[in-house]
Amino acid sequence: MVRVNRARPGLLCSGFAALLFVAGGVACAADDSAPASSAADATASAPAAAPGSVQAAMALAAKVAQQQQADKKKKDEEERLRGFGADWESWGADNSVADIASLQRGLRDFAGYCRGCHALKYMRYSRMATDLQITPDQLQQFLLPAGAKASDYVATPMPSADALTWFGKVPPDLSLIARSRGTDYLYRLFTTYYVDPSRSTGANNLQLPGIAMPHMLSSLEGPKAAVFRMENGQQVFDHFVQLAPGSMSREEYQATVRDLVNFLDYVGEPSQVLRRSLGVKVVLFLLAFTALTYLLKREYWKNVH
Amino acid sequence: MVIAVKPADSGGPQREVESKGLKAWLFKRLPVKEFIETQATGYYAPKNFNIWYFFGFIAMVVLVLQLVTGIFLTMFYKPGEATSFDSVEFIMREVDYGWLIRYLHSTGASAFFFVVYLHMYRALMYGSYRAPRELLWLFGMLIYLALMAEAFMGYVLPWGNMSYWAANVIVNIFGTIPVIGPTLVEWIRGDYGIADSTLNRFFALHVVAVPLALLLLVVLHLVALRRTGSNNPDGIEIKAKLGPDGHPVDGIPFHPYYSVKDSFGISVFLVIFAVVVFFAPTLGGYFLEHANFEPTDIFSTPNPITPSWYFTPYYAILRAIPDQRMGALLMALSLLCFLLLPWLDRSPVKSIRYKGPLSKAFLALFTVSFLGLMYLGLQEPTGIYIYLGRLATGGYFAFFILMPFYTRMERCKPVPDRVRFQAHG
Repeated sequence: MVRVNRARPGLLCSGFAALLFVAGGVACAADDSAPASSAADATASAPAAAPGSVQAAMALAAKVAQQQQADKKKKDEEERLRGFGADWESWGADNSVADIASLQRGLRDFAGYCRGCHALKYMRYSRMATDLQITPDQLQQFLLPAGAKASDYVATPMPSADALTWFGKVPPDLSLIARSRGTDYLYRLFTTYYVDPSRSTGANNLQLPGIAMPHMLSSLEGPKAAVFRMENGQQVFDHFVQLAPGSMSREEYQATVRDLVNFLDYVGEPSQVLRRSLGVKVVLFLLAFTALTYLLKREYWKNVH
Repeated sequence: MVIAVKPADSGGPQREVESKGLKAWLFKRLPVKEFIETQATGYYAPKNFNIWYFFGFIAMVVLVLQLVTGIFLTMFYKPGEATSFDSVEFIMREVDYGWLIRYLHSTGASAFFFVVYLHMYRALMYGSYRAPRELLWLFGMLIYLALMAEAFMGYVLPWGNMSYWAANVIVNIFGTIPVIGPTLVEWIRGDYGIADSTLNRFFALHVVAVPLALLLLVVLHLVALRRTGSNNPDGIEIKAKLGPDGHPVDGIPFHPYYSVKDSFGISVFLVIFAVVVFFAPTLGGYFLEHANFEPTDIFSTPNPITPSWYFTPYYAILRAIPDQRMGALLMALSLLCFLLLPWLDRSPVKSIRYKGPLSKAFLALFTVSFLGLMYLGLQEPTGIYIYLGRLATGGYFAFFILMPFYTRMERCKPVPDRVRFQAHG
């Protein structure tokens, strides 16, 4: 069974907020459709307005793009003021381990932001290099720690005893985290951090309240606050408010998290791409084999009356 | 190689040289031919088998699959608290096609129960447990019990967190036995808790003792089947109507008719099996649970602890009663009921086709109860689920306990002389 740690009270009580958000979403969807339909109109009407004029069509397209950008900016600003994240429990990773470029970016960010504390004790550098199409030179230059061999497992330089002192627990090995917790869980973990001065790390998390891990990607996402409301005497999450912009836009940050989760998904089961591609061949063979055995059976049973 | 067989010994001049070559050499020394003649080409099975008659053969293929994949897993698996989890991941990542072997084995375990449940349900519908097939049924039930032991111990071997906690729950059930319970549990574990010694003895039992018992029981199951012959959807004995050639008129030789039909059945099964193995080996956590990808942690209990899907009906019965000892007793009884089935059914007919409406209603009740318990065993026992669990437990037992009464009370339909069979296009 799927055992994703859902915050049950949150799910039940955020109904009001969800309703608000749905209403907002419908409004946004209406906004979204406007430029799209005008773009369609533009392409449809362009030849009629100026037959054969490429310049006219391009100008129209540029205008549409400009309009879209302006709309998006307006939407972002509206969302910033209104807040966002009431629907965080439905956020999903939506990643694909067949996307090698995404896995490469995920590995880069893992090496940059996670490896300082977390190991992948079942994963060899050489295996990742082969699977992610990284040349031995690139591996040596950008990824291997000093003194490590390509065949080494991914270790962390942080001593466990120090980690225990600093964080109160040893950061877990992440080899199988995507398999035990699920990719959606990990995606929500990285996207629902919020500023909480009462925590020693200065950060808290909706997916894992009381999380020991500081928000390592905070500089990318920018700090955000969580707004709670009271419901039946209990604090219930309502929405996030972005306090300051990070170095990335929200879309860029989400893509970064998606790459990272994608990489952890791959690490959880490195053979999964091979598994699926082999599976297609095996199933096709078995289907053909089934057709043969069916014909054989029918031939023999002709005699049975 | 050609070896001439001379009729020199005692045959006399008129005895012919039957055949030459390796075949003749072999046949003279081993009753291969007789075996094929009595077990395949000369074994007559009813011609009216339907889809429900595929699953016995499929179960045997899955057994072979489990034995073969199990042998390969044993080459790399290292039982022990410190090594089990790592060695499974080693198989998944570093052994060539180790992931495939492991997924075949883990999916095979679920597939085994799936086909065995359908195989047993067939027997329930068509009265295959009735005289003269009581022993056949009992051997089958023993296979089922051995399979449960085998599956449970195999589940513990990866030493994931769910392995450890499920082992605790299951082994502690034996602790509810009065007087000897606590000592018995200690004896099973070989320690004061589920520990290295438990893991190693489960490994020994899983790869040697239980498979041997299973193979022996399967042989007995088949030998008993050959003696009585197969039942069929009409629940009548084909041996009662023999043709001039001495064979049942409604029977056809197992080989080639059922060997080709079963090879079609097994192909369809393998397609479905391969889809699961290659595209959904964990089946959303039902075949391989998410919590079992975390190594055993004696300080962190997975919430909730759920058994594998094939044990959940019994788990739901166990939890139906708030008293642990009574729950365990009820669970044991729910399995015992199956063993008594041949003597509980008093109907003059075997097949559900000719039984009366009461039998049909109770079989439907049992089906709904069993599937309901299967679902409830996966849910947390709170609120309405507690009462539904008790209701389904009641339905489960009513099917067995009331059987001697409702099978005698109802009016059955007349049973035909010959099996009903429509020639296949």
